[in-house]
Amino acid sequence: MATTAESQTTAPVATAPTVLHTGTRFTRVLGVLTIASLAVLALFGLIISPEDITQGESVRILYIHVGTVWVAYLAFVVTAVSSAAYLWKRTRSLTWDRIAGASAEIGVVFMALTLLAGALWGRLSWGTFWVWDARVTTTAFLFITYVGYLAVRGLGGSHQQRARRSAVVALLAVLEIPLVHFSVKLWRSVHQDASVADRTSNVTLDDTMLFTLMLATVAFTLLYVWYVFHRQRVLTLEDAMDDSGLDLALAERRREGEVAR
Amino acid sequence: MNTWSLARLVALKDLRVEMRSRVVINQVVPFAALVMVLFAFALDNDAALTRTAPGLVWLGTIFSLLVLVQRSFAIETADGALDALRVAGVSTPGLFLGKSIALAVELLVLEVLLVVLAIVLYGVEVQGMGVVLLVTTLLPATTGLAFVGTLYGGLAAGARGRETLLPLLMFPVVAPVLIGATRATEAAFGIDGAAIEEGWPWVGMLLLFAALFGAGGTLAFGPLIEE
Amino acid sequence: MQVASLFAMDVHRHSEPSDGAGPPSNVVDLHDAVVVLGRFPALAGATLQVRRGEIVLLRGPNGAGKTTLLRLCAGLLPLARGEGSVAGCDLRTQRESVRSRVGLLGHANGLYHDLSVRENVRFWGATVGASRDEIDAGLHRLGLDGRLADVAVGRLSAGQKRRTALACLVARRAQLWLLDEPHAGLDAAGRDELDDTLRAAVQVGATVIVASHELERAGGLASRTIDVVGGLAHEVAPDGDGEVAG
Repeated sequence: MATTAESQTTAPVATAPTVLHTGTRFTRVLGVLTIASLAVLALFGLIISPEDITQGESVRILYIHVGTVWVAYLAFVVTAVSSAAYLWKRTRSLTWDRIAGASAEIGVVFMALTLLAGALWGRLSWGTFWVWDARVTTTAFLFITYVGYLAVRGLGGSHQQRARRSAVVALLAVLEIPLVHFSVKLWRSVHQDASVADRTSNVTLDDTMLFTLMLATVAFTLLYVWYVFHRQRVLTLEDAMDDSGLDLALAERRREGEVAR
Repeated sequence: MNTWSLARLVALKDLRVEMRSRVVINQVVPFAALVMVLFAFALDNDAALTRTAPGLVWLGTIFSLLVLVQRSFAIETADGALDALRVAGVSTPGLFLGKSIALAVELLVLEVLLVVLAIVLYGVEVQGMGVVLLVTTLLPATTGLAFVGTLYGGLAAGARGRETLLPLLMFPVVAPVLIGATRATEAAFGIDGAAIEEGWPWVGMLLLFAALFGAGGTLAFGPLIEE
Repeated sequence: MQVASLFAMDVHRHSEPSDGAGPPSNVVDLHDAVVVLGRFPALAGATLQVRRGEIVLLRGPNGAGKTTLLRLCAGLLPLARGEGSVAGCDLRTQRESVRSRVGLLGHANGLYHDLSVRENVRFWGATVGASRDEIDAGLHRLGLDGRLADVAVGRLSAGQKRRTALACLVARRAQLWLLDEPHAGLDAAGRDELDDTLRAAVQVGATVIVASHELERAGGLASRTIDVVGGLAHEVAPDGDGEVAG
């Protein structure tokens, strides 16, 4: 991974951009769709879909759990791909870095929600908050890894330094997560606990419930995409603000030089 | 200077520093022994200690790894040597491999000590093929840990507020080694009737881990120590 | 061993710059170079040229950006804005290639305190492929062989550490020597030795940039002076009046 040939230029920005919002027609439409699908999801999830034969009402948490876990892993993939796109010279652009960062931010939230919802559901239906299987443990590890990734993003330095450093860390996470999953799977396969082999597979789903699950996936995905668009734009504005702050600092520094002469 | 000569030069340099300063011998080894004793206090149950001995050995290893990595990079940042290495224009893969090798040697010494302590303090036994399994577990596990430690140690080195990142970044990544090495060691010690054969798949996984992070680290180390 | 051969450029050690047009006459060429440390523009637009074979003095108050300028020329820091090339390599795209052509004596000594003087110089010499003989001759040149050679660096005085660091720099046989306050901590004999070393280096074709507060001594050594103030660099005319060159 070479460190040369990066776009090192920060284009001078005369004034901070006077943008009052990061919405465009596309995101407004997307936002409306998101709200609508979330509303329909609430309707179906809480009211229309039936309770489960064995689990009763607690099965409704599953709609959140499955929806958020899908988005959490989607966010992970997007961060990894964006990081690779940044590091590859031909597609190098700070936009990829910002997408990676935005995706990781919302990904962490969704991962926390997944673990929380999963723990609650497990407690209500099986009596245990946690189970040591590959999927749950890997998700927990992904969560921690992303907390670390966000910490690395916050280390400071120029935009390019931040981008390169966090992109490398993100790609190392791609290496790490399958290894964690694989080793936990191998580990737990030894214990052969049939009752906890796969908690979700014991839920019998009728068509309405299946539909609600898919709806949840779609709704949360829309929410994720909407968020990433906005957040990425906000990060762009923050970076631009840093750059214009640099102009001010430069002017001040030069004045210091002039006065001293 | 090609990569392997540089790796050799750097590894010998790090080991020579340790021989002169004896920080690992005088500080980290006692720390590891202390950790093993503290585990006994915490678990307060001889049967439980024997059963969990493999896990405790590798937990002790990982805690010691943290200290060793910090030391490995403290000698570089104390007087600007890391910057000097960057200006020297040496190949970063060679630098990565060299520091990993030195770290692996120090870690190996520690692990042998921890195994001996487990035998003495926790009442485990190992003989025959178990010893073979144990040795073949130690080698790839140590190598993998050394690669990960050097990689993230490079990232955490130097700047303020970065040192505390080291455990947060490193520990999730070494989890597969903890799992694999512990299972293989359980088989080597015959814990709960585990057969030696059960250990070999785990050794395979440890080899995979070491290979992946050796390759990944070689590529990633340069960008991570760069400003 | 001849002093000059200690410093002879070994062009086979370094790959040639990509333009292949032969060694450029400007070893350092900066235009409006801006270097940002954190949020602070340490270098706010420095413009300067240094020709091969010169000894240039950088002078200026603390915090002016001299150290940053030297580290930029060593290829350690990225250019935020502006253009620059050192030893024929572009600072934007070939920052790593710059490094093998320069030697930097920074504020820190870059030494391993637990190793002896000899072990340190051998290590740093080995990173550039210097032979044992060359390294030992360099130690001798700087008065570091004999009793001091096997003393751990951590137990040396500040001046002795500086001399050891200088020996490591000498072993690099760089095209461009960058020294940050090298006289500080050295006694009179050490300073004389340093000046002789720098003159000898220039005699075999190296270029030297020295940042120093020791204006009288360094002024006598240098062929040119550049003022660094507020992150900017200004050429100082021979008669001492400041003239804006950058």
